[in-house]
Amino acid sequence: MDSRIYFDNNATTQVDERVSEIMHPFERECYGNPNSLHSFGMEVRSHLATALDRLYAGISADDEDTVLVNGCATEGNNNILKSAWITQILNGRKKQIITSRVEHHSVSHTAAFLASMGVEVVEIPVDKNGVADAGALRELIDPDKTALVSVVWANSETGLMNPIRELCGIARENGVLFHTDAVQAVGKIPVSVRDIPVDYLTFTAHKFHGPKGVGGLYIRRGAPFVPLLHGGDQMGGLRSGTVNVSGAVGMGLAMELAVASLPYENTAVRKLRDSFEDTILTLEGTFAVGSRDLRTPNTSFISFKGIEGEAMLWDLNRAGLAASTGSACASESLEANPLFEAMNLNKDLSHTGIRFSLSRMTTESEVNRAAEIVKNAVLRLRAISTADQI
Amino acid sequence: MGRKDLIGGSLWENYSQQVVDRMNQPRFRGELTEEEAVRRGGKLIVADWGAESCGDTVRLYWIVDEKTGVILDARFKSFGCGTAIASSDVMAEMCIGKTVDEAVKITNLDVEFALRDEPTRPAVPPQKMHCSVMAYDVIKKAASLYSGKEMKDYDEDEIVCECARVSLSTIKEVIRLNDLKTVEEITEYTKAGAFCKSCIRPGGHEKRKYYLEDILRETRREMERENADRGEPSFDTLTLVQKLKRIEAVLDESVRPLLARDGGGLELEDVKEENGWLNLYIGYRGACRGCAAGQAGTMMMIQQKLREQLGEKINVYSL
Repeated sequence: MDSRIYFDNNATTQVDERVSEIMHPFERECYGNPNSLHSFGMEVRSHLATALDRLYAGISADDEDTVLVNGCATEGNNNILKSAWITQILNGRKKQIITSRVEHHSVSHTAAFLASMGVEVVEIPVDKNGVADAGALRELIDPDKTALVSVVWANSETGLMNPIRELCGIARENGVLFHTDAVQAVGKIPVSVRDIPVDYLTFTAHKFHGPKGVGGLYIRRGAPFVPLLHGGDQMGGLRSGTVNVSGAVGMGLAMELAVASLPYENTAVRKLRDSFEDTILTLEGTFAVGSRDLRTPNTSFISFKGIEGEAMLWDLNRAGLAASTGSACASESLEANPLFEAMNLNKDLSHTGIRFSLSRMTTESEVNRAAEIVKNAVLRLRAISTADQI
Repeated sequence: MGRKDLIGGSLWENYSQQVVDRMNQPRFRGELTEEEAVRRGGKLIVADWGAESCGDTVRLYWIVDEKTGVILDARFKSFGCGTAIASSDVMAEMCIGKTVDEAVKITNLDVEFALRDEPTRPAVPPQKMHCSVMAYDVIKKAASLYSGKEMKDYDEDEIVCECARVSLSTIKEVIRLNDLKTVEEITEYTKAGAFCKSCIRPGGHEKRKYYLEDILRETRREMERENADRGEPSFDTLTLVQKLKRIEAVLDESVRPLLARDGGGLELEDVKEENGWLNLYIGYRGACRGCAAGQAGTMMMIQQKLREQLGEKINVYSL
């Protein structure tokens, strides 16, 4: 039995056993290409249709809307930003794309690429709570100029949720298209495109106990869209390439299970997270970023004064606890954590943040053991540290 | 880019066993006190370097025998990542038994080398070289506290790339001797800019006094002025026909071979001189025709090559 503890569920999750089982037949038995006319294709199509039903139901999409099965949310985010560039800017009269300071790289780096192609990219700052400032969007948005507003629903590092209902409302009032990267929201909080009428929404299966390498892209009826991949007429020609059938089927069931687990996520997982966080915060020189009610129920982003993030991660890993850090030293780029800067937090702390992300698979005994491991790591590393006043 | 670059996240697998061991069990971590210094008949030196906001701080303790200048003992404390802790540990160990003047000659390269398992295999991956620089700077700080000299007195030359310890004069020399035209070439020749990349251009991990891009541009400008003095005209002063010949030469040498690899090509279709700018209009051939990159990345690449080799005031447009 694996005694290690996995608190890195915002990076990826373990596939649910039921999802794993439902995917198997599509490798050896039901391996036909769903676009084939013959029986091998035929028998696959009904399963794909069920998967789509589950995805549409999971986010309350209308039958007239489109939910594409694609490769991942990075693909979806690239697709939406580049599509907006092509349809609204290159072939239209708009000039600008608005994103926020707290986006995933698949949005911020795509936006930076578009900026290098001449697009004006503007970022919504975050307010003192660490969430995108709706008032700032009102100032920035310009119906004549803005092609798209793209704001992440929940930040992967802190779990902080942006006011998507309000931001989407502002975009709609101004007749501007609105996209949200809902990767960290699906399966953690209710996500309904009927309730919050976004134009585009992206998600990926492996963040809610589905398989890796398959994602979803929601497009509201009538919203302009240009494919990223051209080729065959799979997904109505909007996303060419033979469909990852087992992935799509797995993602469908994973979505259904994730939505069914939302009450558990918001009670039991939240309780585990809160109790873990409470224990950690009894240690001196620690604080959690972002107020709990503004965060997804599974995420704690905690700063440990005087302990560099990578060193912390190293000790946790040695003791069998997997977490992650936005610390510069653990990344290729050596950049300081942009979120700390965005939130105006003490710069000394910008290298000390550790993210713990739980899931519905997390147990109480894991939470207790993890808290003990964190305590020991803090003791050892503080003994080495130069930070005098903890 | 190639096969070894395709799977990320391997930072820790690229640490040497020595880095791992010293991170897990640093041998020289801790403090030295006044009492201890008195007992051992030496002077206590406590040097701090770095800032927590930069993600790295180190404190070095020495007990120095004032008669001989020999460092009798050393300890460290560090707020830093695994590499910073491991290199501080080895640095402290290396100080012991050396005189202060000998110790200031220890560089981050020596520290990294001492952490290697095998002489030919780096102890840390390239982007972590940066984290060993701190261990070197703090020695100079400790030495200056001991001797009363300024820290900069210990610097023999202006260092542009701290990670690879490459000086300003070396970089200028290598640009001139080898007629280097790109930052990548400088990195290839000197290793400057190969590690944390802060010294390439502003906006990296830390602010630098000099950046490779600026040094290259200024040195190239100096070289051009010298050539002009020797009677070789600079690009700006050529006639249009002469300019076209030079442009075609660059296209033949640096652009067309790249396009040909993907089955494409290009022709110069038109040239306009406007407001001091030379605007070139190109037409793609073969596979480049209709390729989306032709309006984007490829076109930028062509423009950059021409600017680097001929002059800054060139624009490239495709027809």
